[in-house]
Amino acid sequence: MTVMFNVRSVVWALVIVSLMLLPLYSSVSGNIFILTLFTRIVIFALAAVSLNLIMGYGGMMSFGHAAYLGIGGYAVGILAYEGIGSGFIQWPVALLASALFALVIGALSLRTRGVYFIMITLAFAQMAYYIASGMARYGGDDGLTIYKRSDFGGLINLSDRTQFYYVCLACLFGGIYLVWRIVNSRFGLVVQGVRSNEQRMEAIGFHANRYRLVCFVISGMMCGLAGALLATNTDFVSPSIMYWTRSGDLMVMVILGGIGSLFGPVIGTILFLVLEESLSQVTEFSGIIIGPLLLLIVLFARGGIDGWLGRLRRG
Amino acid sequence: MADPLLSVKNLSRRFGGIVATDDLSLDVVRGELHAIIGPNGAGKTTLISQLTGQLQPNSGSIHFAGRDVTRLPAYRRSALGLARSFQITSLLKDFTAIDNVALAAQAHDGHSFRFWGNARKELHLRKAAMAAMERVGLGQRAESIVSELSHGEQRELELAVALASKPQMLVLDEPMAGLGVTESARMVKLLRELRREVTIVLVEHDMDAVFALADRITVLVYGRVIACDVPAAIRQNPEVRRAYLGDQQVVTHHG
Repeated sequence: MTVMFNVRSVVWALVIVSLMLLPLYSSVSGNIFILTLFTRIVIFALAAVSLNLIMGYGGMMSFGHAAYLGIGGYAVGILAYEGIGSGFIQWPVALLASALFALVIGALSLRTRGVYFIMITLAFAQMAYYIASGMARYGGDDGLTIYKRSDFGGLINLSDRTQFYYVCLACLFGGIYLVWRIVNSRFGLVVQGVRSNEQRMEAIGFHANRYRLVCFVISGMMCGLAGALLATNTDFVSPSIMYWTRSGDLMVMVILGGIGSLFGPVIGTILFLVLEESLSQVTEFSGIIIGPLLLLIVLFARGGIDGWLGRLRRG
Repeated sequence: MADPLLSVKNLSRRFGGIVATDDLSLDVVRGELHAIIGPNGAGKTTLISQLTGQLQPNSGSIHFAGRDVTRLPAYRRSALGLARSFQITSLLKDFTAIDNVALAAQAHDGHSFRFWGNARKELHLRKAAMAAMERVGLGQRAESIVSELSHGEQRELELAVALASKPQMLVLDEPMAGLGVTESARMVKLLRELRREVTIVLVEHDMDAVFALADRITVLVYGRVIACDVPAAIRQNPEVRRAYLGDQQVVTHHG
């Protein structure tokens, strides 16, 4: 029952409540910028949560996760460009395309382990990047502007800043809830067991890669959703959304916040993007601060910020 | 010999120039405790890794319960009722003891593509796991993290994991490796009870244990079977004595 009273849960409650009340603060104070920033943060947090599912719980170090951001984003962008504006088509297509991509990439790269897995996922993501750069019809390198946001037939209006923010937040909370259910389910225990000792899991009767692959696909779909949100947020999608440094950013967010922790990636994302944003006003080399910070976390606070909070008892 | 549960024919496995399993044939009858002994490097672990599917043979065949399993992966053999323990303890170290065992029970309780319900609240899995834990005397340690268990307890947990899958055959790779005298005695007592319920293939260096437990003993030297008989006959076998038992070569535990 100590869980109820430790610093970590207090921080979590604060973060959740702040995220929920943010639009209120934004409209009262007239600070629109903070709502824009946090919409972006919430979207990236969803991507980080999805990466954490395979990286933290599944032990799969994917270095190509940004590819799904691109696939989700381009699915929405291309459909909009081709005149299919309904969100009821755009978004399922985004999810489906991400799932399909994850299925193919996963089936191939899960034959490898360790460094090879990192390299092969990176290679596939870069392939996706160059394919997007080559799509002349959809802007190539310059990207594709989305002139009209997905139409959900009056159900929700994505063009309304506040509504869109809450849609993103609902997706994030939904994603976290899904991950929570999954990691405690039969499926989740198997996936974590495989991370811990694959040989043992095979010996007691589990076909490890089948479970890994399904986990990989679920994670890809979640990240594809984040991609659709991200493209909607900027009304624009370009190949740079899936450049390899972006995959690296996602990994940093997860590791900062706490790999294999349910909420960790959210706080990692907040820290990363807020730092990036505020440092960008001082220097264009935000990595000078974020890099050493990551180093400190990895060296001294295993389990990231969330792990560190968990060790701070209040009394 | 009627109805061998496990039948190995002309099995060979090479690692580069080294022949680790050399044209090996072996039958294990249902209900017996069949021990496999041999000096260090005789290829015992290589053999049982091929039996349970962690390693593929270069040639030869393995039949289990009347089925050719030579090319089946480990997880399929486990589903057929072939369970193993590892010489070097191989558990999910960051899981609780009971989670380790419950996962083995879960593996044999339909598929595990269930994403929603809390698996730790599935009573029949927990009960099956608890029963296996109590069987090996670990009932009190169910909620401990594996890495916090003593070496002896981890060895017992290995056994509980294997038991939880309700196997037809247990393949045990040196269950007594690294155990103290009292722990060894407990393990022998446990195996003596288990052999009444399940066919056991036992690889072990502890000769006292082997001769106390085994119905039949197969002696391996350089990957070949040099003798296969009841313990009394093995004791008398001159070739075995020369290769293994007689001269006081190191008959201790290894790695």
